[in-house]
Amino acid sequence: MSGGVQLENANPVVFQRSLDRMLTASEEDEDVHDPIDDREIFDLIRSINDPEHPLSLEELNVVEQVRVQVNDTESTVSVEFTPTIPHCSMATLIGLSIKVKLLRSLPERFKIDVHITPGTHASEEAVNKQLADKERVAAALENSSLLEVVNQCLSSRTF
Amino acid sequence: MKEALSLVQRISAHPDSRCWFVSWSPNGALLASCGGDKAIRIWGREGDSWICKTVLQDGHQRTVRKVAWSPCGNYLASASFDATTCIWKKKNDDFESLTVLEGHENEVKCVAWAPSGNLLATCSRDKSVWVWEVDEDEEYECATVLNSHTQDVKHVAWHPKKELLASASYDNNICIYKEEDDDWECQATLQGHTSTVWSLCFDAAGERMASCSDDRTVKIWKECPSENGQGNLSWKCVCTLSGYHGRTVYDVAWCELTGALATACGDDAVRVFKEDVTASPDEPVFSLVAQATKAHSQDANCVSWNPKEAGLLASCSDDGEIVIWRFKEEEEELD
Repeated sequence: MSGGVQLENANPVVFQRSLDRMLTASEEDEDVHDPIDDREIFDLIRSINDPEHPLSLEELNVVEQVRVQVNDTESTVSVEFTPTIPHCSMATLIGLSIKVKLLRSLPERFKIDVHITPGTHASEEAVNKQLADKERVAAALENSSLLEVVNQCLSSRTF
Repeated sequence: MKEALSLVQRISAHPDSRCWFVSWSPNGALLASCGGDKAIRIWGREGDSWICKTVLQDGHQRTVRKVAWSPCGNYLASASFDATTCIWKKKNDDFESLTVLEGHENEVKCVAWAPSGNLLATCSRDKSVWVWEVDEDEEYECATVLNSHTQDVKHVAWHPKKELLASASYDNNICIYKEEDDDWECQATLQGHTSTVWSLCFDAAGERMASCSDDRTVKIWKECPSENGQGNLSWKCVCTLSGYHGRTVYDVAWCELTGALATACGDDAVRVFKEDVTASPDEPVFSLVAQATKAHSQDANCVSWNPKEAGLLASCSDDGEIVIWRFKEEEEELD
């Protein structure tokens, strides 16, 4: 490795990816409405790239299916994410990437709440407040350089 | 509860974008809207329906967050995420850009004209509130920069009767400013909300103020003499409306004609509250008298009462739509 950039978390713990979803007969039936469930949300966010490492948020255990809560009838989604270290300066960026991915993928009726797993970050209240403020999120996404970084996290990688 | 809020018209105002704000002109004939598409639209009545009269497209480089009419109705100010405030002059059915106010370091969140028409206030994510003076030659000059908040300032509003300014912030506080000896200063900091205060407004007489917040409540504040009796006035919270709103309350508007209080909420609903006449003015009680639970298909961002036509209410939403409502007061039932 070159002597240049210092990574914040040089040796992250890497987790195994979960298997592909097994489709049931009801889910394959075009005429039956499929409510959006936790697994579907998790499938949307698991491959988001970490801004620092060539790994996905799932592989770093930043997102886990058990920390996703969806209520299709009430149109609410709640995602808890766990930064790899308590002073991670990328926490807001990671949260923003998750939020943007869901905003772009889900029907407009959904209310999306993204916050840090309680007790896992030094500035979790401040980060959570920013992520919950839609005016701040909208203004941030009008910033082309920030939008570029977010889009890079959301781009799919070829393996 | 009886449905006292009925839909007059639903307008697709800012297609493929969100509508952030709506504001009636002082004579009640026009409605200005603005949104994420960087445009301002002016709506007017033609027969029974509201149609788009003008589109102001090239005034800003980014989202237009709020618009405000001057008290005379001849000027329109627009506040944008591009850090500028544009002043437009009305020329028949069109508007031309008169001047652009610069100075804020980042997104301007609000602009408001004082009732005198000589002062303008703006606020921004840069945590400051600016007061601008306008002279007869249509020249704008910054009179003061106020740094009383510790975070993003979301909204500013002028008192209807005296030269007093209020601001609402992401720091959960409300600040009140007054001019003392040619200098503007923060007179009071009102604490009480437990999260971002998104908006505030005064009642017609300026005796009370309503504020709304991300903490899902609306608070009513009343001016009262301060404890040390030195003639300085402060504001006390005399009522909190909680349990009515499912999510962040983005806007609150007090009707100067009827005293009704409308709110716009992140749970897609528009609600109207009225004060119980029997309660004491120091301990007011407000009841929910009407609500449209699915007013919009997404968050409601703004509500605005028509200043001349009692009961006419406009709301707008993240879904890009404006809705015009008619709120009918319940008639007393005679036994």
